[in-house]
Amino acid sequence: MHLEIITPDKKVFAGEANSVTLPGSEGQFQVLNRHAPLVSTLGKGDVVIDTGAARQTYVIDGGVVEVLNNKVLVLAEAIL
Amino acid sequence: MASLKEVRSRIVSVNSTQQITKAMKMVAAAKLRRAQDGIMQMRPYAQKLSEMLATVSAGAETSGDSPLKAIRPVEKVLIVVITSDRGLCGAFNTNIIKATLALIDQKYAEQARKGNVEIFAIGKKGAESLTRRGMLVNIGYTDLFGRLSFVNVKLAAEEIMKAFTDGRYDAVDLVYNEFKNVATQIIHADRYLPIPTEARPANSKKAEVNYIFEPSEEEILTELIPKSLKIQLYRAVLDSNASEQGARMTAMDKATENAQELLKDLKLVYNRTRQAAITKEILEIVGGAEALKN
Repeated sequence: MHLEIITPDKKVFAGEANSVTLPGSEGQFQVLNRHAPLVSTLGKGDVVIDTGAARQTYVIDGGVVEVLNNKVLVLAEAIL
Repeated sequence: MASLKEVRSRIVSVNSTQQITKAMKMVAAAKLRRAQDGIMQMRPYAQKLSEMLATVSAGAETSGDSPLKAIRPVEKVLIVVITSDRGLCGAFNTNIIKATLALIDQKYAEQARKGNVEIFAIGKKGAESLTRRGMLVNIGYTDLFGRLSFVNVKLAAEEIMKAFTDGRYDAVDLVYNEFKNVATQIIHADRYLPIPTEARPANSKKAEVNYIFEPSEEEILTELIPKSLKIQLYRAVLDSNASEQGARMTAMDKATENAQELLKDLKLVYNRTRQAAITKEILEIVGGAEALKN
């Protein structure tokens, strides 16, 4: 699936990923390939990206995520 | 006529002034490029956010009763005025202050008479000038441009929103320069809060996708609205920043040109004076020689 993380200041991440773990405001959850369409708010916490070869972590300060057509778009307010 | 020495020293001083204005113009040009980059970086986020807002509000049953939409009789007004921290940028700040005063005069004359109009100044120049005019000015955010980033602007936006939801103000307006191009700035005086309730588009096509909303549509909506307000303010600040650099560039370009003109005139005067001095000297020598002959 294609993953993008953007903040108002810059594009933080764009690329393919196997899975991404997100700090939802109701609790942490993971999005895998071909996830159903989803919109959720995010709290403060870790975004863990598994690209197969490596694992990357970003700490975000709130935001929203949209999953549609195997594209995951994370709008974060800030990267800590 | 001025003496040779005087003219020469004026030429030197105009020359060095011209060097400064030329340098300032180039610095402004570099900063302008960076400011425009900032606007470009912000755009995808702003666009996606408004798309998402449309998606969610299409799915929501109600359009969300946010406290940020509360319409109250307008007793107390806050005007957010975005100016620059530094001067030497032409009429950039003057225009904003004029627009602010006009806004108060036309729209909030009654509230102003009761002393219920407050200014939230972003940018040192506006804060100084409006304080001098006896306005109530909140000057918490006067050095935003040195380290311009969303995080800092966010804090200002949060403070404004909190003051509004606490009922300290019944309306918030935003006055800023929009960046059109290097030479042109458009002054905007927009309503910031309460959020105007726009009619919801009936069956927008996005609603066809069956989204899972987590938590509920309404809750997401109440989360998204402040976010879009923050972006709105951030966009205004970025626009103002780019406008400032553009205005400074134009002003400094004009100043360099004027200095060039002045130099041309001064050089003419200098040469004329020098010529006159030489002519006088020759006349004296010739006159002296004539006198000796007799």
